[in-house]
Amino acid sequence: MRAPLQRALVTGLLSLGILVATLSLVAIGLSGIANGQPPSATSGPYPPVKDPDVAKGYYVAVQGDCVGCHTVPGGLPFAGGRPLVTPFGTIYSANVTPDKDAGIGRWSADDFYRALHEGKAPDGHLYPAFPYNYYTRIGRADSDALFAYLRSLPPSPNRSPRNDLPFPFNVRALMMGWNLLFLDKGEYKPDPAKSAAWNRGAYLVEGPGHCAACHTPKNLFGAPRTSRDYHGGDIGNGWYAPDITPNKRTGIGGWSDEELFQYLKTGRNVHANAAADMGEVVAYSTSRMTDDDVRAIIAYLRDRPARADDSPKKPDPAVMKAGEAVYVDTCAACHRMDGAGSMAMFPRLPGNPNLQQPNPGTLIRVLLVGSRSLPTDARPTPATMPAFNWKLRDEQIAAVATYVRNSWGNAAAPVDVDTVTKMRKALGADRRTLPDGYPTDMHHPNPETVSSPHTDSRQNGTDQAGTAALGQP
Amino acid sequence: MSEKLPSVDVLVVGFGWTGAIVAQELTDAGLNVLALERGRWRDTPTDFAPTFAQDELRYMWRHALFENLAHNTLTIRNNISQTALPMRVMGSFLPGTGVGGSGVHWNGQTWRFLPSDLEVRSHVTRRYGARAIPADMTIQDFGVTYDDLEPHYDRFEYLCGTSGTAGNLNGQIQAGGNPFEGARKRGYPTPAMRQAYAPTLFAEAAAKLGYHPFPQPSSNLSEAYTNPLGVQLGPCTYCGFCEKFGCGNYSKASAQTTILPVLMRKPNFTLRTEAEALTINRDSTGKRAVSVTYVDAQGREFEQPADLIFLGTYALNNVRLLLLSGIGTPYDPRTGEGVVGRNYAYQRTSFVNAFFDDKILNPFIGAGAHGMHIDDFNGDNFDHGGLGFLGGGYLGVLQTGARPIETHPVPEGTPTWGGAWKKAVAANYLKTTTISTHGGVMSHRGNYLDLDPTYRDVYGRPLLRMTFDYTDNEQKMAHYITDRAADVARAMGPREIKVVYRDGSWDVVPYQTTHNTGGAIMGADPKTSVVNRYLQSWDVSNLFVMGASAFPQNPGYNPTGTVAALAYWSLKAVREQYLKSPGPLVHT
Repeated sequence: MRAPLQRALVTGLLSLGILVATLSLVAIGLSGIANGQPPSATSGPYPPVKDPDVAKGYYVAVQGDCVGCHTVPGGLPFAGGRPLVTPFGTIYSANVTPDKDAGIGRWSADDFYRALHEGKAPDGHLYPAFPYNYYTRIGRADSDALFAYLRSLPPSPNRSPRNDLPFPFNVRALMMGWNLLFLDKGEYKPDPAKSAAWNRGAYLVEGPGHCAACHTPKNLFGAPRTSRDYHGGDIGNGWYAPDITPNKRTGIGGWSDEELFQYLKTGRNVHANAAADMGEVVAYSTSRMTDDDVRAIIAYLRDRPARADDSPKKPDPAVMKAGEAVYVDTCAACHRMDGAGSMAMFPRLPGNPNLQQPNPGTLIRVLLVGSRSLPTDARPTPATMPAFNWKLRDEQIAAVATYVRNSWGNAAAPVDVDTVTKMRKALGADRRTLPDGYPTDMHHPNPETVSSPHTDSRQNGTDQAGTAALGQP
Repeated sequence: MSEKLPSVDVLVVGFGWTGAIVAQELTDAGLNVLALERGRWRDTPTDFAPTFAQDELRYMWRHALFENLAHNTLTIRNNISQTALPMRVMGSFLPGTGVGGSGVHWNGQTWRFLPSDLEVRSHVTRRYGARAIPADMTIQDFGVTYDDLEPHYDRFEYLCGTSGTAGNLNGQIQAGGNPFEGARKRGYPTPAMRQAYAPTLFAEAAAKLGYHPFPQPSSNLSEAYTNPLGVQLGPCTYCGFCEKFGCGNYSKASAQTTILPVLMRKPNFTLRTEAEALTINRDSTGKRAVSVTYVDAQGREFEQPADLIFLGTYALNNVRLLLLSGIGTPYDPRTGEGVVGRNYAYQRTSFVNAFFDDKILNPFIGAGAHGMHIDDFNGDNFDHGGLGFLGGGYLGVLQTGARPIETHPVPEGTPTWGGAWKKAVAANYLKTTTISTHGGVMSHRGNYLDLDPTYRDVYGRPLLRMTFDYTDNEQKMAHYITDRAADVARAMGPREIKVVYRDGSWDVVPYQTTHNTGGAIMGADPKTSVVNRYLQSWDVSNLFVMGASAFPQNPGYNPTGTVAALAYWSLKAVREQYLKSPGPLVHT
């Protein structure tokens, strides 16, 4: 436990900064990844690894999904520069290739362990967008192996852009206070009362997997609210990382072990297709884990306390009727009249926890701008939900969202029109041309997945095709 | 001047069904493959999402997925005494452009040719004597047999997840399937589609007349399917927008829904879109292709060298590229000599409307390959003795979805516009069905393709010239099978029927089929064929020509199943023989 005085001092310092910041602090998230597109997911290390120590390090990198944040679309793996949009500003991931100037080529294994363990680089404090508050659980041997793996990569001279953080967040020393308050430093300590599998799962979830970085809500300082571990978190851009406690309605309580295993190994099951940030987590991390590790994660999550259920407000029957009309007209072709969907293509809606989160953000976002499942080796088809921003009004989206949240035994608070209007504006889905330059109308229906409008045929072949086929999740 | 690019192992020109199959097979063999596609990248969510795919005006009438005729077209005449004129509006056939080719807007009708179709000259000679074949009918055997192709038909059907009922499993005739089909080693990967009311009525009437109705083999899937590559298709919703449309539900097999999700992720594959091939270049001996010159969307020219080149463009464009590149001797209809452009063929269609008073048929329920047919009058499934023609076609109710702009069936004698016409459309729309016939065309000495002497495309290259008309054989065949269709229509018990034979010369205006075949045909003799039985050019052994341009004549079936089976057949020979020892696979 930390001293209350210490906490109050640092809180005061940080509050000053928050007053200065003009950004909305309603949606606190640290990991919204902007306009990114990961390198294509293929099996095995990139580049392939022969040395057993390096191979061990590669597997640590898999557990931590390091490549996801440390690579820009189409760029050299681990060369950094990917923008991470936080409520405090945009942070660019570091080049962690062994380049002596741009990367971590001058670091020692001690430096690297300190970065993972304490969030301190040789030249100053790191921001917790680099989730050292989880990586601190990684042991020294794994840290050294990961370091060896990164040292084996081809060096890249790529220099990440400067972080775009307003004062005072651009003062790295501020993180000393954050660390005092929120960093619970130390390697993972097994619970002798639990099984080896449980402990392995706990380590992966709490440590390198840094699941809570998204699935636990954050406080004003971007730190996890540990009293609500894994209850679900708003991660920005409209996405809501769902409850992953054993709650039967909103969490994983309604999924069998086999279904959870399918989801983490292939990105799909009958209930859900992994897209966006979770799509990357599956593609680069969980799908590459050993079957035993995936089962350990499931065993640990199953054993966590379930989020206490609430009794959501009942929807207005008139809204349900309007929502049903929209559903039959626009959703039933894929999801079927009874919501049964199609295994690993179109998610089943009855009992679907993603629909029933207290925060309907993901559902509204997906209705407005669509989403694309990230392809994996086992499930290469990038099944896609189309965008409806150009086709359905806010009232229709609110009605159909309310309808699917409250049909077939589902129960969740109704979605009000105002929430949809705000999300539409926040995503830029209220305009004919989105901020990234893509028009959105019936001829360009899906800004999420539309390919770049190149006309240079030497460049537009693989690049363009890859964009659309593999796509932004 | 064109910029010369680094060489690749394999260059594929055209990226539709065959281009994707070639690229998938040869990247699997470890080769570096580059595909050139003249059109744009297209994918389900970006180009035909379910939020707008069912737009009849945009796709069917404004031709959103088809070739741009202002860019390139062909000239057309019925016979050599006429002057060919450019086709300025599409009608009779609708070639596609863009990734997936015409395989994006196809209907999904997935047939195998009859064993006798593939050996038609030998078969007819055996059964009826050589004199049964008129002197100007230039039909010949494919050079492959049904048994050669069976595993490759199977491969394609399992790639697509084709829905159907087997009619002949290892020689055992199966109830409910097509008893005339060649023996298949195993059943279809998914069960036949469920049939709407009108096809069901047709099947009942046909069975009553002693015929053998069976469900159309369909690559609009009856249920969800994961193919051997791990790519997934969803179940068809019978929305009625397949032909001339892309599928928004991942339910219709296309390169996009069966191959591309795997192929596009391979590091040894590159796709270059908006890259239109101009010519195939050869070395000084003329026996080896060295590169393809293409132009990009900015009008820049590039020369792309490769060790092995595959043409996988639309059948007509394959022939034109060979003619423009001077590969093979152009066919001369006066002497009957030469091969490139020889044996162009098409198909012969007709239909019978049946109007009911007491049956609501809900014709808007549909899919591109949803219907019941009989094959009793196809190929040589019936005795042609004394009939005065060869060949035939399937006939049946193919309910593809009675789209509102297109579909307004009215009985004979109805005014063609005005209040009375509207009233008749309203009265008959739900209560009318159509039995269509889909007949083959035997090749003929006067039907061929060459380069037009007058008209040129946007790059200044001569357009292709098509010289084609139906012969007496096709007119007799069409009358015969249309009359059989009328028999079944009457047995369905309608109020009245309307028979449309489509007599007269071939007309480019009304839509008939996008099944243009021949011009670069396969065969056993370099004097009468452009490619050997492995689709390898007789003249240039590192050039292979895929597609329906290889058909020596056009049987009474939709071509895609055979186009794909021939591609797999050819690629097997490439992988097992050519790559080990490059050179001609057949010696003459």
